[in-house]
Amino acid sequence: MNASTTLVYDGSFNGFLTAVFVAFDEKINVADIQKNNQSQNGLFSETETVFTNVEKAKRVWNGIRNKSHNAISNVYFAFLSEAEGVEMMLYNYIQKLMRTKNGKYLDYSDSTVLHIAQLAKKVGREKHRMEAFVRFQLTKDEIYFANIEPDFDVLPLISKHFRDRYADQKWLIYDVRRKYGIYYDLDHVEMVSLNLKDIHHNKTVKSDAFTNEEYEYQTLWNDYFKSTNIASRINPKLHKQHVPKRYWKYLSEKKVTA
Amino acid sequence: MNFERIREKLNILADAAKYDVSCASSGSDRSNKNNGLGNASKMGICHTYTADGRCVSLLKILLTNHCIFDCAYCVTRKSNDVPRAAFKVQEVVDLTINFYRRNYIEGLFLSSGIFKSPDHTMERLVAVAKKLREEENFNGYIHLKSIPGASDELMYQAGLYADRLSVNIEVPTVSGLKLLAPDKKHEDFTKPMEKVKNEIVRYTTERKIIKSTPKYAPAGQSTQMIVGASGESDKDIMYSASYYYKTYNMKRVYYSGYVPVTHDSRLPAIGSKVPMLRENRLYQTDWLLRFYGFSVGELLNTQHPNLDMDVDPKLSWALRNLHHFPVDVNSADKHLLARIPGIGMQSVYKIIKARKFRKLNWDHLKKIGVALNRAQYFMVCDSRLWERRDMDAEKIKGMILQTSSGKFRNQYSTQLSLFN
Ligand code: SF4
Repeated sequence: MNASTTLVYDGSFNGFLTAVFVAFDEKINVADIQKNNQSQNGLFSETETVFTNVEKAKRVWNGIRNKSHNAISNVYFAFLSEAEGVEMMLYNYIQKLMRTKNGKYLDYSDSTVLHIAQLAKKVGREKHRMEAFVRFQLTKDEIYFANIEPDFDVLPLISKHFRDRYADQKWLIYDVRRKYGIYYDLDHVEMVSLNLKDIHHNKTVKSDAFTNEEYEYQTLWNDYFKSTNIASRINPKLHKQHVPKRYWKYLSEKKVTA
Repeated sequence: MNFERIREKLNILADAAKYDVSCASSGSDRSNKNNGLGNASKMGICHTYTADGRCVSLLKILLTNHCIFDCAYCVTRKSNDVPRAAFKVQEVVDLTINFYRRNYIEGLFLSSGIFKSPDHTMERLVAVAKKLREEENFNGYIHLKSIPGASDELMYQAGLYADRLSVNIEVPTVSGLKLLAPDKKHEDFTKPMEKVKNEIVRYTTERKIIKSTPKYAPAGQSTQMIVGASGESDKDIMYSASYYYKTYNMKRVYYSGYVPVTHDSRLPAIGSKVPMLRENRLYQTDWLLRFYGFSVGELLNTQHPNLDMDVDPKLSWALRNLHHFPVDVNSADKHLLARIPGIGMQSVYKIIKARKFRKLNWDHLKKIGVALNRAQYFMVCDSRLWERRDMDAEKIKGMILQTSSGKFRNQYSTQLSLFN
């Protein structure tokens, strides 16, 4: 029997795809695929470190995409869920996918397929939520700035949406939990990491990083939000279902004002 | 900008606009031009939700709540004693742009009371949209109200800048309209609708020949009807709705449970409960007409002029038509699948894909997301354990109600107890 091997990669999506490539290419009996900062030595398996290789990653990406467009987005979205053990699940999913002939692998009664689809759906839902819930604040140096704290690593997914929409203003969206952001400088979007002193959520104390006008518009938006309410139709449960409480601290309309 | 003054105006003019329920910002896909500001996404985004759970995607305001008319159901009517305000064109433009840049909204929904004349009002609405598009290079979503009685020329211009145009018909029957809005004629509503429809048709035909033809109201037009203000039946409402869908190619008809805003003997008293369950049933019916292949006569007719409150309209139809069931999910075509209570359109497509691989049984269907507590009485699948008992409609309904917990269940039981 082939001894089993744990593949360790650098945590990036390309790194993961490279690991998949290596596993297929060298016909490795994979025990697990782990991020390098979380790797644990199994008692009975070898460990092999995989070095990210964009060419190899691309071949896996194309291989999956040629089978099904739906599958490649499921794989990417599910990966960004950062769920524990998601790598092995994805590896199984890709194996199953590659075994199908016509590529249309949509057997939702298979539990791996269903699980990956559900994970991808959750991530997709948060992507949409973030596209909706980002609240920019205008800094004195004319950058529209927003903090977010999503459950999943959705920055790579929302980048295009904001690039397409806010093409004529500089903006920066910063993930407080993962400590990196995406910045658009009127030309292209790049990844940045910052040393943020303050986390700017919707507190009432004003920060001098932002323009005065900024706070006026926040007040107007706050007022507007309040006046959309029709008292005789109130339904807090439904409200929280749509706008989960964990997002509130970054929403300026949820700021408690006098 | 005088911030305090704007704040006052916004409070008045947003408050007056909130009874208009249509919030949709979807259906238009305007892309960003020349690195300008914004785009309109096909799906539309809800940036937040009101305390009663409605989507907030647009800055919805009136240009002014001064009005020369006196429609009974409207807070803005001239005889009502409320604070009045009016925005300047530029003020609306600034608010929209600044809200948009902060990712608060998808765009603007601008309506207005009628000051001076319908044309005078419509002209200002058009001016806002034009400024946004031409001076601010704004590609976000714009919904303008067509003012009843506005001229064809202005309606034509409005469509060049707006994504959607709407005229609220408000009262579903002509007799109700006479009673509640004596200043308005039925033609005042239908004439702008007719014009917009014709222009949309003309522009789409031209676009097929000349690709560069500009867009005209790409998200189409919509209308709203008030529910529960003039004693109309559900049949009245849905038959008018179907008429507007067909005659004017409406994209959406909205149903708004009447919120009493005035003491008027012609209307329900202030404090009467908003008929939210009924509103919900009407939306479900609308959905069945637009996406499930039902015709209005199947759901509402002279024997059955009002929707059931205790069960949804599809289940209600199925119970009245048991002879169509049970349907075999492993062989039925999609039209039949869509008619099984508890199976939504998404499940229909999942079933069709999944059954290529194997015959589906209860477990599979459950995983797919079928609401078996309802569906089980109306279908068979790859299992011998299907519901064979010969039950009549009343029995089935009883069984289903026992196991369901709809969001209006409580409300319904309190309503029921009123009649006990
Ligand atoms: S014309 Fe419009 S704004 Fe004026 S009272 Fe009638 S419904 Fe209200």
